[in-house]
Amino acid sequence: MPWKGGTLRQFFRNSGHLIRLAAVLIAGLCVFLLIRTALIPKAFGKYGHYSPGALDVIRQRPVSYAGQDTCVMCHDGEAKERASGRHAHVACEACHGPQAAHANADDPSAHKPRLPDVANLCRRCHEKDAAKPAHFPQVVTAEHSGGAACNSCHQPHNPHL
Amino acid sequence: MELSRRDLITIGGKLLVLASVGAAFEEITGAAPPSEAYKMAEHWWGMIVDIDKCIGCGNCVRACSNENGVPKGYFRTWVERYEVENVDGRQEPHVESPNGAIDGFPPSTRQDVKSFYVPKLCNHCVDSPCVQVCPVGATFVSPDGVVLVDENYCLGCRYCIQACPYGCRYLHPEKRTADKCTLCYHRITQGLTTACCENCPTGARQLVDFKNPKDPVHEFLRTNKVEVLKPYMATGAKVYYKDLDGSVR
Amino acid sequence: MAIPGVEGFMYPNEVELQWGLLIVLYPYITGLVAGAFILASLERVFKVEAVRPTYRLALLTALAFLLVAPLPLQLHLGHPERSMEMYLTPHTSSAMAMFGFVYLWYLTVVLLLEIWLEYRADIVHMARTSTGLKGLIYKALTLGSMNVSPASRVIDDKVGYAVTVIGIPSAFLLHGYVGFIFGSVKANPWWSTPLMPIVFLFSAMVSGIAGVMVLYMAVMKAKKMPIDMRCVDTIAKYLFYTFVIDFSLEMLDLVHRTYEADESFRSLNFMVHTRLWGSQVILQIFLCTLVPLALLASTQLFRIGEAKRRAMYLITGLLVLVGIFAMRWNVVIGGQLFSKSFLGYTSFKVQFAAREGLLTAIALMILPFAIFVALVKLLPPWPETTEAPGD
Repeated sequence: MPWKGGTLRQFFRNSGHLIRLAAVLIAGLCVFLLIRTALIPKAFGKYGHYSPGALDVIRQRPVSYAGQDTCVMCHDGEAKERASGRHAHVACEACHGPQAAHANADDPSAHKPRLPDVANLCRRCHEKDAAKPAHFPQVVTAEHSGGAACNSCHQPHNPHL
Repeated sequence: MELSRRDLITIGGKLLVLASVGAAFEEITGAAPPSEAYKMAEHWWGMIVDIDKCIGCGNCVRACSNENGVPKGYFRTWVERYEVENVDGRQEPHVESPNGAIDGFPPSTRQDVKSFYVPKLCNHCVDSPCVQVCPVGATFVSPDGVVLVDENYCLGCRYCIQACPYGCRYLHPEKRTADKCTLCYHRITQGLTTACCENCPTGARQLVDFKNPKDPVHEFLRTNKVEVLKPYMATGAKVYYKDLDGSVR
Repeated sequence: MAIPGVEGFMYPNEVELQWGLLIVLYPYITGLVAGAFILASLERVFKVEAVRPTYRLALLTALAFLLVAPLPLQLHLGHPERSMEMYLTPHTSSAMAMFGFVYLWYLTVVLLLEIWLEYRADIVHMARTSTGLKGLIYKALTLGSMNVSPASRVIDDKVGYAVTVIGIPSAFLLHGYVGFIFGSVKANPWWSTPLMPIVFLFSAMVSGIAGVMVLYMAVMKAKKMPIDMRCVDTIAKYLFYTFVIDFSLEMLDLVHRTYEADESFRSLNFMVHTRLWGSQVILQIFLCTLVPLALLASTQLFRIGEAKRRAMYLITGLLVLVGIFAMRWNVVIGGQLFSKSFLGYTSFKVQFAAREGLLTAIALMILPFAIFVALVKLLPPWPETTEAPGD
């Protein structure tokens, strides 16, 4: 031992630079901890390891699809017609697109939904495809209608002939 | 004064929108802010998917894109078409998902193979590997069981994207943060269903609440053979598939 | 309808690679740090006197690369300005969250401390003799203590020894944890193996040792100073040993995967034979592992002239540096080229002038050398015209 026989004072004198270094490191650590405490987001960890505020931010996103219940509140006729047919479980917006802007508008008629593009719309569901469940109604449209629009025979809201 | 039904809806709708804007409008509308109307502890969300009902129309993909502003070329939900061939006793799947099936699928006429559609989305896992690896707590399982991303806190390190076994996450090209299915958290917390479920014409996918004793999910799970995707990953996935073929990955 | 660069089926979000060239660089650079430090500790802790001439050089190399190590990560982040969150709310279940702490620990408590203790006599000497800005820097570095009495240096030596002893597991931790980041991703069979941290560690040692060896020879050449062949021979011997272990581990991993042939095997096997054939089989395994191993083995087995040995060491060192880079590439990029559905493959092209492109990567690889030159100017690793540091 280098300091054997020497006094404790000598030892401290000879390791003075290390004590200074330790002071620098501890000061650095304190600054780090102070900054850290100041910057941690408020309420972080309330429910788990995250900011609970994120939940509210995500919930504030506006809705685009108003939902079936909203549509049928006004559109009685279409709703009744649809409810009695094979499309009873197809939501209005599944074909008509997102209508929250229409439903929430002061004047809904100013946000009139565009009529669906029937040629593509019906085929997406009903074009014959081996991967579709066998019980699902499907046709090879080219053979079935020879190019005529689906709604020239079928009523989309209640698609019996 | 006579109010038509349409007027009432209009007013109701506005109140809803205002309420969802949050606490700032509390005094004006008198409506409770969403955090109080909705009790997180009373819900535990998931989804059930009935493979035998999916027709591959892509309505869910389009609805999700419209509802959530999903950037082009990325998908919070997508549909895959499986065509499984039997080659000398080995099930060889051939899978496609053109542009996530946002425009549906070109018709397939192959009769010699087993074919079916598989809708995919975030499984909102309980033991979520993506949440586990997030270095800062920017992604998390909410108290009602939805895996969400805090886009104001995410570093964009993409470790979560690597950790997801299902490919459900992507880096949002503009926000530069991880992005994923929120299970339409903004909808389900105000009593609506998700955009994909709302727009599924055959009811192949259904939002479920495991904490609601009246939810049909309990009967569904009791009476059907179900499976989650990649069960060996032990992620605690909460999207249950009915009639899922063993070849699906 | 087919997506360019994609073969078979990828989940739609998988087509784009998440971790590119910079994330290849990151384990490469930290590997060089850990390897260089472990070489330095050979002298300090394991008393391998022959490598003494490279001791200081190895420490400065480690520091130069360690200072650059966080940069590729920082540049890769979608939001670099948020990186401080790692220190604010580190997620204890995330391997990556530990990076900030392991890094700070290694930088301050291990490397800076060891360098400071090693150089203190020189620093005090230069603080006394230099003037102006340089003098001020040295004065600041003394922390106001000019005590370089033999007794204080004995204490320094003891503390330095302790720091190195702590430093070895820290270097293991620094790089082993980088391996863990990949090895713990259960979703990815190319990465998910408990061998990953160990393979990373040994490849780190290989690259660090080779790096310091090449750097030592280059610096000696540049300084027109004689190369200490006993030193280089010893380094080459240790390089050979670690490389044999590293290669055995990697082959063990490969053999194990091939033999077990789990559900991912067909897909990964196809990938190795196609997209990774050039970078893994030809470059990494054949050219940059078997060739240098053969060269090193022959220097161990046969009597070869000094000039020839030097040339062989140089070629070996450079090949190893390329090979370990290729290994990082094959792990990081390879792990993202196949679909987690095991039904398809995507491809990766390095961009040139992008934030995560080739230019950035080249700049990031030049930067440590610039820092190294500055450090050498500030803290000369060998006795200059001035008197030798007293020890």
